[in-house]
Amino acid sequence: MSLLELKAISKNFGAIQALQGVDLEVDIGEAVGLMGDNGAGKSTLMKIVAGNYPPTSGEIRIEGRQVEFAQPIDARENGIEIVYQDLALCDNLTAAANVFLGRELKKSLGPFRWLDHRAMFERSGQIFGELKSETRPRDVVRQMSGGQRQAVAIARTRLSEPKLVLMDEPTAAISVRQVAEVLALIRRLKEAGHAVILVSHRMPDVFAVCDRVVVLRRGRKVADKAIAATSPEEVTGLITGAIEHA
Amino acid sequence: MSEISEKSHAEIDESITLHREMTGFQAAIRTQPFWVFLAILAIGVIMSFVSEPFLTDRNMFNITRNFAFFGIMALGMSAVICTAGIDLSVGSLMGLTGIVAGLVMQAGYGIVWGFLACMGTAAIVGIINGVLIAYLRMAPFVVTLGMLAMARSIAMVVSNNKMIYEFGPDQELFEWLGGESVFGIPNPVWVLIILTAVFWWVWRYSVWGRWVIAIGGNAQAAKLSGIPVERITVSVYVISALCAGLAAFLMVGWFGSVTNALGLTYELNVIAASVIGGANLMGGVVYAVGAPIGAGLMELIRNSLLLAGIDALWQQFFVGLFLILAVLLEQIRNRGRR
Ligand SMILES: Nc1ncnc2c1ncn2[C@@H]1O[C@H](COP(=O)(O)OP(=O)(O)O)[C@@H](O)[C@H]1O
Ligand SMILES: [Mg+2]
Repeated sequence: MSLLELKAISKNFGAIQALQGVDLEVDIGEAVGLMGDNGAGKSTLMKIVAGNYPPTSGEIRIEGRQVEFAQPIDARENGIEIVYQDLALCDNLTAAANVFLGRELKKSLGPFRWLDHRAMFERSGQIFGELKSETRPRDVVRQMSGGQRQAVAIARTRLSEPKLVLMDEPTAAISVRQVAEVLALIRRLKEAGHAVILVSHRMPDVFAVCDRVVVLRRGRKVADKAIAATSPEEVTGLITGAIEHA
Repeated sequence: MSEISEKSHAEIDESITLHREMTGFQAAIRTQPFWVFLAILAIGVIMSFVSEPFLTDRNMFNITRNFAFFGIMALGMSAVICTAGIDLSVGSLMGLTGIVAGLVMQAGYGIVWGFLACMGTAAIVGIINGVLIAYLRMAPFVVTLGMLAMARSIAMVVSNNKMIYEFGPDQELFEWLGGESVFGIPNPVWVLIILTAVFWWVWRYSVWGRWVIAIGGNAQAAKLSGIPVERITVSVYVISALCAGLAAFLMVGWFGSVTNALGLTYELNVIAASVIGGANLMGGVVYAVGAPIGAGLMELIRNSLLLAGIDALWQQFFVGLFLILAVLLEQIRNRGRR
């Protein structure tokens, strides 16, 4: 039984058919690279799994159970965390506030409850440390570099023990040094038994950390191969359409 | 990527991370309320030298009581503005809630019923504003402009265009609440002080406050984080309406009478007070102390002009001028930041 199983997922935005009959399985502890040209439907697929919107048709199964996500929290409660391509951060809040956004830590006394700033600063500082990022919990996101913002977005997924982490282009906006950190993080997630879907344009990233690569072209899945059984050249051909199918 | 650009990337990261942590005071002097507060002190010092009557108890009492009403409403308005919204209906809502409170007490009900009717009416109007804005995704400007007209009109209808000056069995208590003072401080000022403290706590320590600020920063991100954006947005308009209702209740008690013209054009002063106090019309910024400070500066200037013998007809000119200046200042500061 797979951790995540997608069956014949299709998604239409009005006349645009963003996804057509996509099947996908992800096992525990597996890292799957999801590749494809701009507009191929990668982000759309991730957002469906993360509960942003439902598929037009098709089925999602988590550990064999069929699920329907009405909103992102439903997916989160099923152990799915996502790092959005545009990072989805509040620029006006601190790093720690963003990490805990929507699930703030609270203290309480009788009926009163208030934000536990210190605990949130400490915990997010810890997570940034684990991610080997110098991002500081008290800094406001507006003043941060691309890499630091990325660390904040990734740190959000570390609050729970997710079964599956979706990363949409996590290395698109950051420096080479920071890419190495993100890749190291993905390896650590794998070692800890978490599954990862890595959406990326960067061939070396996918070949460095993923076990399998899936290629989307114009909303259809055109390949699903073990990394060991393919090559960057073949994947490039599949993405561009030079190779029809594999 | 070349080695050089890679290195400079890393250096930029370093330089950003090496920024020293700010102390509380350093953080405070970067905020608008701090500078406006200095301006208030400066004007106060100058006025106390050039004008005899300025520092008299009588004048101080007037200044503080006058600005309390605007300050109370600006606290609610700041919450709305923090979500990048606007509430133009607060002035009309004062008229409506003031009339409702008056009618209920005139009919012989006690002050508690008057207060509940006043706040209940405010809550209903706030809910209507909020639902139209949050769920039907209408522009706050349009919804609350429409409400500005409708609330005033209903106030005229239910009051039958008559003044109300009899407030039933609790008339004395009612007039004491709005018009008298405790320990030398006018009651509405006490209300403002308490509410400012409450909002200070709310913005700093409550989950609701955190979520409102998040919505103002990036509503999309807030939504994706599981924050009930629509419900929170409605609550913000309800808070603004309740503040207007409370201000009306106190003001009617102070005047000892109410007509349906109560609060006419006050929305301008309230928005100006919020913005001068540091609320950013683009959303995401709010200070509890900004509301009383913004309202305080405006009242101080109004009072100074009056004492300087300048025609009262100039008052609104200066309110408008300061509103524009505050927004201009904010934009200049933003440009500096980028
Ligand atoms: N919310 C939306 N409304 C309408 N069209 C959309 C929406 N999201 C994505 N699309 C369209 O769906 C297609 C796939 O987009 P996307 O999944 O973002 O591609 P990718 O992430 O692979 O670059 C594109 O043609 C895009 O324009
Ligand atoms: Mg995308």
